[in-house]
Amino acid sequence: MIHTFDVVIVGAGGAGLRAAVEIPKEYSCAVISKVFPTRSHTGTAQGGVCAALSNEEPDSWLDHAFDTVKGSDYLGDQDAIEIMCQDAPRAIIELEHMGMPFSRTKEGKIAQRKFGGHTKLENPNDPNSKRIPVNRACYSADRTGHVMLQTLYENCIKNNVNFYSEYFITDLIIEDGVCKGLTAIDMATSEIHVFHAKAIMFATGGFGRAFRITSNAHVGTGDGCALVYQAGLPLEDMEFFQFHPTGLWRLGILVSEAARGEGGILRNNANEPFMEVYAPSVKDLAPRDMVSRAIISEIREGRGILGSDGTYYINLDLTHLGKKVIDEKIPEITGFARTYLGVEPTKECVPIQPTAHYAMGGIPTNYDTEVLADNTGKTVSGFYAAGECACVSVHGGNRLGTNSLLDIVVFGRRGGKKIGEFLKSAEYSKFKADPFERTKELKEKILNQSGNEKVPVIRRELQQNMMDKCGIFRNEKELAENRIHIKELKERYKNISIQDKTKVFNTDLIEAIELGNLLDIAESINDSALNRNESRGAHTREDFPKRNDAEWMKHTFIWKSETGKPKIEYKKVKITQFQPMERKY
Amino acid sequence: MEVTFKILRFNPEKDKEPHYESYRFEGQDNMTVLDCLHKIKWEHDGTLAFRRSCAHGVCGSDGMRINGKNHLACSTLLKDLNTKKPIVIEPLPSMPIVKDLILDMTDFYDKYTAVKPYLINKSPVPSDSERLQSNEDAEKLFESAKCILCACCTTSCPSTWTNENYIGPAALLKAYRFVFDTRDDASDERLDIIDTPDGIWRCHTIFNCIEACPKEINITWHISQLKKELSNREL
Repeated sequence: MIHTFDVVIVGAGGAGLRAAVEIPKEYSCAVISKVFPTRSHTGTAQGGVCAALSNEEPDSWLDHAFDTVKGSDYLGDQDAIEIMCQDAPRAIIELEHMGMPFSRTKEGKIAQRKFGGHTKLENPNDPNSKRIPVNRACYSADRTGHVMLQTLYENCIKNNVNFYSEYFITDLIIEDGVCKGLTAIDMATSEIHVFHAKAIMFATGGFGRAFRITSNAHVGTGDGCALVYQAGLPLEDMEFFQFHPTGLWRLGILVSEAARGEGGILRNNANEPFMEVYAPSVKDLAPRDMVSRAIISEIREGRGILGSDGTYYINLDLTHLGKKVIDEKIPEITGFARTYLGVEPTKECVPIQPTAHYAMGGIPTNYDTEVLADNTGKTVSGFYAAGECACVSVHGGNRLGTNSLLDIVVFGRRGGKKIGEFLKSAEYSKFKADPFERTKELKEKILNQSGNEKVPVIRRELQQNMMDKCGIFRNEKELAENRIHIKELKERYKNISIQDKTKVFNTDLIEAIELGNLLDIAESINDSALNRNESRGAHTREDFPKRNDAEWMKHTFIWKSETGKPKIEYKKVKITQFQPMERKY
Repeated sequence: MEVTFKILRFNPEKDKEPHYESYRFEGQDNMTVLDCLHKIKWEHDGTLAFRRSCAHGVCGSDGMRINGKNHLACSTLLKDLNTKKPIVIEPLPSMPIVKDLILDMTDFYDKYTAVKPYLINKSPVPSDSERLQSNEDAEKLFESAKCILCACCTTSCPSTWTNENYIGPAALLKAYRFVFDTRDDASDERLDIIDTPDGIWRCHTIFNCIEACPKEINITWHISQLKKELSNREL
C-alpha cells in the first residue's frame, strides 16, 4: 500500500509531536510510531525542563547557555545552544498555554528547582565570583516528561493529526540526494506500507538498548539513526553517550537528578559524601559525566558497597529530606525504589549505579533541523531530524539534565516551521527504484532462513560488551577488541532464525530487525570512540585522560563501511562567545 | 525457584479459540512478570506476543491480567505472587484479542478522545508569561494527570463488562483532569458528554478501578467529584 502525505514525521515522542502541532493546517501530515504515542520514551523523563524564567530567583539565558556549553565540554555548537537557551522561556510558557500542568510557586508561576550543572554567579556583578546552583528546572512533581508527552499528544488530537501507531520503519528512501519517502511494516498485519512524502522528519529517539544496563525503554533501539547510517549518510559524535549516575542498582531504572536537586547525597561504603572531593563547589549537583566517573572511581578504589550478587553499588541518601519532600517532590522515583528494590527511601539509602541514558550524538542537522549530507554543511533535500536521534549539536560531549526536554520542544517546533516553509514550493519526487523491494527482501530473509543463531543471544552479548568495553571508561585495547567482536556478531547475525513465521504482531520479526539496527549503531559508537584519542565529556579514554583542544575540538562524522576501516571526517565546533576553559565545578 | 506460567495464547492465523500454554523456568524473587515473559519469549517460545516498552510502569503498554487481577507486568514482582501455584497470565478482559496478550484498544482510545482530552481556553493568553495558577489548584490535577492509559481500570469495571458502550473510568478520569483545571473553559461541554446513561451514571461506585490502577489513583473519588459537579449544575 502507498500513502501520500506532504510530510511524514517518524516518532511520536516530544520532538515528533511538537513538530506535528507546528505543521500548517493546509498540508497533510502523518505521524508514524512503533508504539502508541503516549508510550513514547519522553514520558519517562522525570525531573524537569529548564528555562531561565527567573520565577524563583534572578537568572538569565546567557547563564543557561554558558552552563550548556561548559557542560558539553566545549563540543556543543554555540550558535545552536544560544538559540535553544534564548528560546527556552518562550517554549516553556507555550507548553503552559497548551495546558501542561506544572508545579507552581507561591505567586502561581511555574515552579523551578536545582539540577546538575545549572549555575549562576554568586555575585552577578563579579564575573570572577563562584558559580552556585540555580533554580532553573521547571517541573511537574517528578513526572515532567509524562505530562509533557500527554499535553503534546492532547494538542495533536485537538489538531486532528493522523497517526499510524505500531508501524515500524524499515527503509529510508533517498535518491540523488533527495528524501522521497520511507517504508514501514504495519506490525498488526506485517504488511509493507510505503509513505511517499515531500518532507520526512525523523524524531526516532535514542539507542540506550545498545548497552546492558540502561534507563531506556525496550523500544530505544536507534532505528532512525541506523536507517540513516544504512542509507549512506553520516552520523555525528556517536562516541558521546551519557551514563546517568543514578540508575537503580542492577536494573538501570532512572532515579532523576531531581533527587539530588532536592538535596539527596551520594555516599560510599564509609558513608562519606564523596562528591565533595570531585566537584568541591557544586558537589552532588555536578554534571552527569563527572558524577558517573566519580561513582565508578569510588567503586574501583574499593569504596563501593558489595551487593547480594557480587556486584558493587553506591548509596543515594534521601533520608534527611523528610517524608513531605519525598512524597510531594519525588514520589515517582521513590516509588520505583520501593517497588523494584524493596527499599524505603525515607528510612534507608537507595542503591544506585550509572545507567546508559542518552545519546548526545546522532543524525547531524543544522539548527533548523535540516539533515546534513556531509561535514561541509550540505543538506539532504526534504529530510529533517529532531530530538534525541538528532545531533544539532546542543549537547556536545555531555548533556545537562533537563536540556533534553527543552531540546525536543525547541527543535521540534523549529523543524515544523522549517518544513512549513519548505512545503510552499516542494513537489513529490518520483521513486526510481521499487520502494517496497528492500523491505520485502529483509522480511522474507528473516522469516525464511533457518540458521542456528538466536536474536536474544547475540543482543545480550552485544549489550554486555558495549557495557564492559565501550562504557564509562574506555581504552584502545578494549575498544579494538570490541570492534572485532561487533564484526563477529554481525557475521553471526546473518545466520539468525526466528520462531514466529506468522503475520499478526510478529514481534519476533521486529526484534530481529531491531537487532540489525543495534549492531550498526554499536559499531558507529565503538569506531568513533576508538578514533577519538582524548577525553571529553562522556567520552573518557584511560589512555588519553586529558581533553585535547588543539587536536580534537571537532565533531566526528562517521560513515558506514562494509569493508575495512570506517570513513571518519570532522567538522569544526561553532564558537560564538564562550571560549574553552578548564571544566571545574 | 521453579516457576510455572500459564499463559492464554491466541494466534488468529492458527487458532480457532484461545487456549492456555504452560511454561516452567527458573525464576527469582526480584524478577518482574515482564522479565518472566521476556525469559519465555527469548529462551523458550519466540512466538509469544505482548506489548511493552519502558519496563518500569510509566508507558502503560503492558497492562494484563495476572492471577485474575489487572496490573502492569513490569510493576509486578514474583515475590508478591504465589509461585507455588501456576501464575496465570491473560490479556485484560472485555477488549478484542488480536494475538496472545495484545488487544485491540481502539474503543478504549476512542472513548478517551470523546471527552475532548485537551485544554480549551477561549480567552487570550498572556503574551510573554504563563497563566497563573495556585499550586493548590495545580496539585488538584496531579493525581489524575498520573494516568498512563494502560486500561487496567476500565477493563476491571463490571459496568464495562456488562455494557460495551460505557465510557469507562479512564475516560472519566481524563474528563476530571480538564473539568477541574482552572485554566479550562469547556467544563460544560465535557460534562454534557459524560452526562448520559452510558456515561458517568454507569459508574456504580464498585471501586474495582482503584484496586486495578497501577499508579494508585483514587479514580472513584475523581468520578465522584464529577458527579457532584453535575448535580450542582442541575440545581
